[in-house]
Amino acid sequence: MTIKIVVMAKQVIDPETPTSAFRIDANIASVPANQSPVINGFDEQAIEAAIRLKETSGDAHVTVVSVGSGFALDVIKKPLAMGADELVLLDDPAFSSGIDPTVTIAALAAAIAKIGDVDVVLAGRQASDWDNAQVPIGVAEALGWPIATVAKKVDVHDRTIRVECVLPDGHEVVEAALPAVVTVSNELGTPRYPNMRGIMAARRVQPTVWSAQDIGLDIAALSTAFELISLDKPQSAVETEMITGDDDADAGRKLAQRLRDERII
Amino acid sequence: MADCNGILVIGEMTGDEIASTTLEALAAGRSLLASLPGEKLSIILAGASTAAAAQIAIAHGAEAVYTIDDPSLSEPAPEAIVAISEEAVRQASPRIVLGSKTLLGRDVMPRLAFRVGTALAQDCTALAIDGAKRLLATRPVYGGNAVATIACTSKISVAALRAKSIDAAEPDDSRVGLIVTLSVDLVAAVRVHSVDRVEQTAEGIRLEDAPVVVSGGRGLGGPEPFKELEKLAALLGGAVGASRAACDAGWVPSSYQVGLTGKTVTPELYIAVGISGASQHMAGCSNARTIVAINKDTGANIFKDARFGVAGDWQKVLPAFMEQLHELLG
Repeated sequence: MTIKIVVMAKQVIDPETPTSAFRIDANIASVPANQSPVINGFDEQAIEAAIRLKETSGDAHVTVVSVGSGFALDVIKKPLAMGADELVLLDDPAFSSGIDPTVTIAALAAAIAKIGDVDVVLAGRQASDWDNAQVPIGVAEALGWPIATVAKKVDVHDRTIRVECVLPDGHEVVEAALPAVVTVSNELGTPRYPNMRGIMAARRVQPTVWSAQDIGLDIAALSTAFELISLDKPQSAVETEMITGDDDADAGRKLAQRLRDERII
Repeated sequence: MADCNGILVIGEMTGDEIASTTLEALAAGRSLLASLPGEKLSIILAGASTAAAAQIAIAHGAEAVYTIDDPSLSEPAPEAIVAISEEAVRQASPRIVLGSKTLLGRDVMPRLAFRVGTALAQDCTALAIDGAKRLLATRPVYGGNAVATIACTSKISVAALRAKSIDAAEPDDSRVGLIVTLSVDLVAAVRVHSVDRVEQTAEGIRLEDAPVVVSGGRGLGGPEPFKELEKLAALLGGAVGASRAACDAGWVPSSYQVGLTGKTVTPELYIAVGISGASQHMAGCSNARTIVAINKDTGANIFKDARFGVAGDWQKVLPAFMEQLHELLG
């Protein structure tokens, strides 16, 4: 029987963007969305996990779902080039990515219900922008499904999902009955690079685009959890003392002495 | 539901002891109560045996302790803790629920927030109450490139504190508090079953627990120099970390990685050698008490967050630094 997999993936600003190039639009308390978009790193690992499941099970269908507005198509189509079968974009001005996950959770849960008969939902363990690490958990709660977090290996056998979850001192193997949600961590391994065949195949696939109305979501009925009061560049609370000496070695010796004077060592 | 009132801390246990992060949450709760006159601080403690921990929580300012003792709670059990917390929220009807962004809190707090009809203010480094008695939460976002302050607008606010953002308060053993025993069906709550636990015994001190972390980055140029960092870490009783660039290059295993996509460390002393300090890396170490940076690029971002910096060639700075340390530490 085909395993129906949904991967939730998010378009974010490249977290490797140098600090100096990072801008905040103070007027609208948001970060301009067009700063070098990429797919959230952990979400690429979730896509990798889905494609590995497809390979090992021999029969799985992978749909990638993303919520937002203003998608960069060449970026968000990368999962198709990696081997996903379908792409659904929940594209609506009301879905602008913010710090409040309420709308995103509701939209994803509604889309998964609309796709129907989904067995496994995979997502990255957290996104590199708002770093909330709660959308996948919220989706699991909204759907009433169990969730295993921070996975490094995901297998499905006989309607049971078996997940190796990363712990600081090893890992825990857990099992749950399908349908279930799993968040994936970097310990899973490097996501594959799309090959030429994949890239050509991805070109032919057009994403399905759903608005809030298409998934039957009444955003006005959702009560928001947060109001963003301010978004600023962090003030460095640290006054840096640069240690200099006659040469580099002398500076090294003086650094040790300074740390000793300050009782840091 | 009656009017929401007071603060409930979702406590965590390490064995039979109350977790240090929970003492921090209690301290945060007490300081918020200064803006909520007449309201109470409560805590949940769930574990194999909570009696001693409950007294410590009271000494740290909890006026009511909701407890549940069950052998199954000796191991981290997020689903059970969520069910217990939900019941405690129902009984205490708090205005604010506070937890910690720990291994367990990461799984518990978002679920609990969802179940009480809100979302989690995640990874908070500071909390306050505004004029309308709303919880204001400050938290780093975009890997530390920005800081957001949000007002929680739901009837119940739920926040998770970043470890070591707030100092635990001094206990006062003369305080008294009420113990309330909860009864929750823990078997029904659990749907994800643990079938095996594999421990990897790492050599030396765990990176996350180390009081001193010595990290190397792209500037080291290869795997060999990490041997020098190992020596420095051994000298200071610390552990070795690395930037993503050094891990991606295969110089050290990915378990060394400190940063947004690696480990978060909060040592007393963080020594960064040849690390430029991309926000992605700083997200994992910016809560260190003292950061020392050695980098030959005077404009490196890391110097902004460092208390002490040496702009120089690590190959010359480091041996002299270590030699002097040897002398000083006898």
